[in-house]
Amino acid sequence: MKYILLMSGTKAGVNTYREWSKSDVEAHFAFLGRLNRELTESGELVANDGLGSPEAARVVRAGKDGMPITDGVFPESKEFLLGYWIVDVDTPERACEIAARLSAGPAPGGDQTSMPIEVRQIMSRRSSELA
Amino acid sequence: MRGVIQDGMEHLLRELVPQVLAVLTRRFRDFADAEDAVQEALIAAASQWPESGVPENPRGWLIRVASRRMIDRIRSEEARRERQDEAAAQAVLYTQAPEFDPDHGPELDDTLQLFFLCCHPALTPSSSIALTLRCVGGLTTVEIARAFLVPETTMAQRISRAKASIQAAGARFEPPTQAERRERLSAVLHILYLIFSEGYSASSGPQTQRVELAQEAIRLCRALHVVVPEDPEAAGLLALMLLTDARRFARTGADGEAIPLDEQDRSLWDRSQIQEGVRLLETALSKGAIGTYQLQAAVAALHDEAARAEETDWPQILALYELMMKLAGNPMVALNHAIASAMVHGPQRGLELLQALDSDPRMARHHRLDAVRAHLLEMAHHDAEAVRCYHLAASRTTSLPEQRYLLMRAARLGDQSGAR
Repeated sequence: MKYILLMSGTKAGVNTYREWSKSDVEAHFAFLGRLNRELTESGELVANDGLGSPEAARVVRAGKDGMPITDGVFPESKEFLLGYWIVDVDTPERACEIAARLSAGPAPGGDQTSMPIEVRQIMSRRSSELA
Repeated sequence: MRGVIQDGMEHLLRELVPQVLAVLTRRFRDFADAEDAVQEALIAAASQWPESGVPENPRGWLIRVASRRMIDRIRSEEARRERQDEAAAQAVLYTQAPEFDPDHGPELDDTLQLFFLCCHPALTPSSSIALTLRCVGGLTTVEIARAFLVPETTMAQRISRAKASIQAAGARFEPPTQAERRERLSAVLHILYLIFSEGYSASSGPQTQRVELAQEAIRLCRALHVVVPEDPEAAGLLALMLLTDARRFARTGADGEAIPLDEQDRSLWDRSQIQEGVRLLETALSKGAIGTYQLQAAVAALHDEAARAEETDWPQILALYELMMKLAGNPMVALNHAIASAMVHGPQRGLELLQALDSDPRMARHHRLDAVRAHLLEMAHHDAEAVRCYHLAASRTTSLPEQRYLLMRAARLGDQSGAR
């Protein structure tokens, strides 16, 4: 069963990364690299990407003429998707376990980020009714 | 465009994979390395044969090339050990293993033992599925990865971990004890069943590059049936697959939407496949060792044999589900039993039976329970309640075609009755 693990945060929260020291940033990226390698080696990683900075994000709606109306400025409090992991696992518990690992990424001062990770099952194209 | 010759060659290679792998495993006593060596030999064949033509004895060719790779591996391992000043005695023994006589191999047992290894209890189902498709089915890692919509590296890793787990569990390429055999064979049947249901997909989309898992499962189950012809459950599973797969062209609409059994165009059902399934099933049933696959196949046969949905022999289906409840009752069987009861004794009877499942933790939040309840409520003309249950089922299913079907069903009923 496939799950998508969504990591999101507030724009203000994202900006706190800028205060991190070089070694804190390095430790965090090393952690992410390690986890991705682990998930590849366990045969569970399907896809993983980080998303560009929220400052460059745009929200698009179609106008009456079908042309895009672009909205580029977000309120500070809004949650942004920062990155996602798609994993193919044997149980729902395993998906949550990986999400907890992601949430326990290192932060300055020996802390962990405790980022909230949303765990959502990806719908299959299979229909289960056999008989 | 791929030529007929190339397709024929691919088919031949896939047929030869389990045979060659078995020979190598027996000769070198190392399943994981043998498997790698066979893959290398296959790559060599795929690049050389189109130029040089298929050799006169393709199997012997593959065994020779794979053995050479294996010996190379052992020698380099040996060299590594020597560098570390360790003894390298064993490898010599392997390289002196007796030559294989291509006309004289216990092939049937080989295939069965490969099935047993790939479906070893130390493995998770997803690992067993991948390993079986590669080692017995002869599919490439790329093909398996595509079939399961995961990256090739992920699937390659899953396969190599599975091989490592087998090794760690101390599994050998030899028949299980008579006491274990029944259980191990059930595990194999279960894995084949899982491959089949994975392939029982209603997706449309770009399928051309993807291996059809349902067809693969049928091919593997045929191979198993050949090696254990006396086993009625293996025959029962093959019959179940054939009888279910016979409806494949009728169960999906033009846009990939699922079409329920009672609305399918039965002229699209594959008659010859149904006949084959029924014949297999009759022979299996005559052996007198009834099992759940045979019973499920019998239900599928009764559906397949009804010229119109209204002519379905529901009393007989109900009797089969009652037998299944006694033999191996589980909530899914109970659910199907409730449907059959409703078809024979009316929806009220079915709804009463469903109540027992509400308190079963395995079923209480399962979309199938809500979906069946919705259908029975619709049959009983409790439209508003039915719509509510369809929506509940739609929110709980993880299958897109099913969700779409359930939402359509709710919307249709809502339009008819204003129940929304």
